[in-house]
Amino acid sequence: MGKRSNEPFLWLLFSAGGVIAAIVMPVPLFLFGLAFPLGWLEGPSYDRLLELLRHPVGKLYLVCLCSLPLFHWAHRFRFTLFDGLQIKHLNELIDTFCYGGAILGTAVSVYIAFRIP
Amino acid sequence: MMTHHAPHTPQAYHPRMSTYWWLERWPYLRFILREISSVFVAWFACLTMMQAWALIGGPAEYQRFQLWLEHPLLISLNAVSLFFVLFHAITWFNLAPKAMAIRLRGKRVPDLLIAGPNYAVWLVVSLALAWIFLRG
Amino acid sequence: MADRITLEVARYHPERDEKPGIQTFEVPLKKEWVILDALNYVKDKVDGSLSFRWSCRMGICGSCGMMVNGEPKLTCATFLTEYAPGPIRVEPLKNFPVIRDLVVDITDFLVKLSKAKPWLIRNEEKPLADGEYLQTPEQLDSYKQFSMCINCLLCYAACPIYGLDPQFGGPAALALAQRYNMDSRDQGASERMDILSHDDGIWGCTFVGECTEVCPKHVDPAGAIQQYKLTATQAWIKQMLMPWGGK
Repeated sequence: MGKRSNEPFLWLLFSAGGVIAAIVMPVPLFLFGLAFPLGWLEGPSYDRLLELLRHPVGKLYLVCLCSLPLFHWAHRFRFTLFDGLQIKHLNELIDTFCYGGAILGTAVSVYIAFRIP
Repeated sequence: MMTHHAPHTPQAYHPRMSTYWWLERWPYLRFILREISSVFVAWFACLTMMQAWALIGGPAEYQRFQLWLEHPLLISLNAVSLFFVLFHAITWFNLAPKAMAIRLRGKRVPDLLIAGPNYAVWLVVSLALAWIFLRG
Repeated sequence: MADRITLEVARYHPERDEKPGIQTFEVPLKKEWVILDALNYVKDKVDGSLSFRWSCRMGICGSCGMMVNGEPKLTCATFLTEYAPGPIRVEPLKNFPVIRDLVVDITDFLVKLSKAKPWLIRNEEKPLADGEYLQTPEQLDSYKQFSMCINCLLCYAACPIYGLDPQFGGPAALALAQRYNMDSRDQGASERMDILSHDDGIWGCTFVGECTEVCPKHVDPAGAIQQYKLTATQAWIKQMLMPWGGK
């Protein structure tokens, strides 16, 4: 058998993404997805949001929130497709779709973070 | 495991797992729902990117984005997403301690004592984010 | 309470059946009887050709595992009255080839168990004159739970991954590997990790958790595997950061 799998690396990404998704996501999702659009609460102004995102911590928040949860999704969804739909024979296609998607998302979020005026 | 039999030799019966195995028992369905929660997690990651993209597009662009969010379909999707993100969070906090067999002075620390701090951090982070976004 | 209950028992005659069928038997419903008693009643008094495995009838040998109303159970530890008024469906353990009636072929498990090297591995043995390997109660406690496994295979019947993936090592084999990894007398953790830190070992597990739910000895194989994943990840990080380190 010899050389061990590099799966631990993917598991680490999955775990980090899971932690971010669990701890950070609920409140922003509730506020921006429901409370503000439905008028339950007053949301931050355009200028305020931009100010938040200009801050380095704001940029870090953006990249973390968009990148790691996507790797969490990639790992979990890949296994769901293997086991749930039993299409493991398409594993190369699935791996590309899942991890490719996560890498793409990461790249986009980093790009946006840099493009903030 | 393939064994070759002579003709007319009895063969073991090899059951096949149904494609809908996950519907056969509630614990399996609950497991699949937990895994599917990752799709809604991915959705919110994308939504956040779209929001940031609209933001850098200028006030008018962001206004359009906010109106889009008010569409009933988006509201429904986000309501469902919130349910699944919370489902993910709770199952995550309850299962994460299983990977850590932390021992203090010889005895295994009970799972609740590891899940507890996780919930505490969740509360603190949630309150901090709420304060940041609601302060205006 | 009625004095009879119906059993719907899976029958499979390999020499003439294409797939298993169901045969019903009416058995006495006694409050102290377990499913195994009912099966032995059938074999003694009704149909001597019914085949099933059992031995200790007290939940320690691990022989009598079967599916009872779709759940993996030790039939020596499952009371008839729990299912009254019935009927009770008794089928062979899921995810294994059926040899005959309620008897399954567990060879695959035995192969995978050996692969996990469930024995103490030493770089060198102490000479006998030096005495025993000593172990404190705390050291014993760190692996004791995983050592309670009786190889009954209920966890394999409950694990959908084992059912879906013929290569997957399965809960008990992986938990038993971890039992030895955690044993202070063992020096084989690295050797086992080379074999098990792969997709057909610990990384095939997606933490469904049903194995732990059905285990009659409270081994918690799911917990064992998640702990193993963490250890394997720590070892991986160490290897990445310090590739020159010896094993």
